[in-house]
Amino acid sequence: MIKEEFSSGDSLVHSTDPRIKIIVAVLFSVVVAMLSNFLAIVAALAASLLLIMIARLSIKKVFYRVLLVNGLILLLWIFLPFTFKGQTLFVIGPLVGTKEGVWYASQITLKCNAILLALIAFLSTTPISTLGHAMSRLRFPDKIVHLFLFTYRYIHVIFHEYHRLTNAMKIRGFVPRTNVHTYRTYAYLVGMLLVRSYDRAQRIHNAMLCRGFSGRYYTLSQFSINRLRDILFLSLMLAAILGLVILQWKTIS
Amino acid sequence: MENNKLIINLKEISFSYTGDNLILDHLSFRLRRGERIGLVGPNGAGKTTFFYIIMGLLKPSSGTIELFGRSASQEKDFRSARKRIGLLFQDSDDQLFSPTVLEDVAFGPLNLGKSPEEATDIALKTLARIDLAGFEDRITYELSGGEKRLVSLATVLAMGPEVLLLDEPTNGLDEETEEKITDMLKRLDLSCIFVSHNLDFLSKTTDKIYGMATGRICLDEELAPHPHIHAHRHGRLPHKHGS
Repeated sequence: MIKEEFSSGDSLVHSTDPRIKIIVAVLFSVVVAMLSNFLAIVAALAASLLLIMIARLSIKKVFYRVLLVNGLILLLWIFLPFTFKGQTLFVIGPLVGTKEGVWYASQITLKCNAILLALIAFLSTTPISTLGHAMSRLRFPDKIVHLFLFTYRYIHVIFHEYHRLTNAMKIRGFVPRTNVHTYRTYAYLVGMLLVRSYDRAQRIHNAMLCRGFSGRYYTLSQFSINRLRDILFLSLMLAAILGLVILQWKTIS
Repeated sequence: MENNKLIINLKEISFSYTGDNLILDHLSFRLRRGERIGLVGPNGAGKTTFFYIIMGLLKPSSGTIELFGRSASQEKDFRSARKRIGLLFQDSDDQLFSPTVLEDVAFGPLNLGKSPEEATDIALKTLARIDLAGFEDRITYELSGGEKRLVSLATVLAMGPEVLLLDEPTNGLDEETEEKITDMLKRLDLSCIFVSHNLDFLSKTTDKIYGMATGRICLDEELAPHPHIHAHRHGRLPHKHGS
């Protein structure tokens, strides 16, 4: 399931305060999503790549993760060049590819990858439980933080439950085919998972009540930003983001 | 003064999930301070329901509940009583919901208003008390079944309860872990009710065993040593049993 392969390490990015990483990741993503200048976009992508290098992550593993998302982006390349009005760039049979369409598709591709790499560098270098606590420290609503932490904890349990159910099906000779029996069986499987998860949620809530839970979630972890390194890292990142904004703004005016 | 010793006093409790089929049928039950009671009964006899009623997780359709000498009917009555009664759930995955062992054990103490430092301290001490020192940074879902059960027990003990309710504590454990839990429970100086199918375990850890059937609790025979047929590994070889 969730292996958190990148979360352990001792690079500069790993040891930075998780709250700073969240803030920078959000700011960076928003700014990059708004960029429209080619130079600025390429600069953003380069910055993300640099971050991956600083975090010393396995390039191969990062590549596979990015590849997954680019599969979706590939779909855009099938449609966007032909559906945008503008200057003709190439013609395939009855289809006309426009310059604007291609530019738009490449913009999305570059921006997506830049944001994705930055998120990998910032967020997946933090253990998920730490992220949850950092979110709560940043005054994210309690409900979102709980939802996040509980999803993480119970996705494994639900996954095991799913396995138990599919194994129970297999040992009684179930082989998926394209027929009503298969569809019905899968519907039962999903339904059963839903019901069981609901029951489990109820039991967990009971278990929490028994231990004095009253809606407020206290955490053990305490962070403090007073390390020079954290502040330095934050300023550096803010400067880089500001650089992107300037690059964008200069070419418009 | 008799009433001071009464911790749990259930009178004529009835409960049903559906409305007609009574899971608990005018059940009366008392637990006095220092008593250790074992509860056996077939599946579906209402043992878990019985625990839920005591903790206020289910509301009885009729009857009265007294906990620590005070009548309990509202959520807030139970809320204060839950701090003094520890319930161990049947499925440890229900009990352990925090990412790490330390956080889970500290969850109860934090809810009781302890500071993070105090809670950490309590959690570490509780873990050490049941031979789980060094487990604090383990990820809860990566624990083995036996370890999960022991950590669950730690989460309950960390609240410093006066009464311990355990629901099938030895279910699905190997001999070694079962022995460990049995030893530990024998050492604890608490009032307790243990539900189990494991009579061997109950005879070692409790003073009285009650049977539960069709929604009522009745005293089973007093524990008496008696010969019986049993099976274990290498049983064919000549051997002796301990007293």
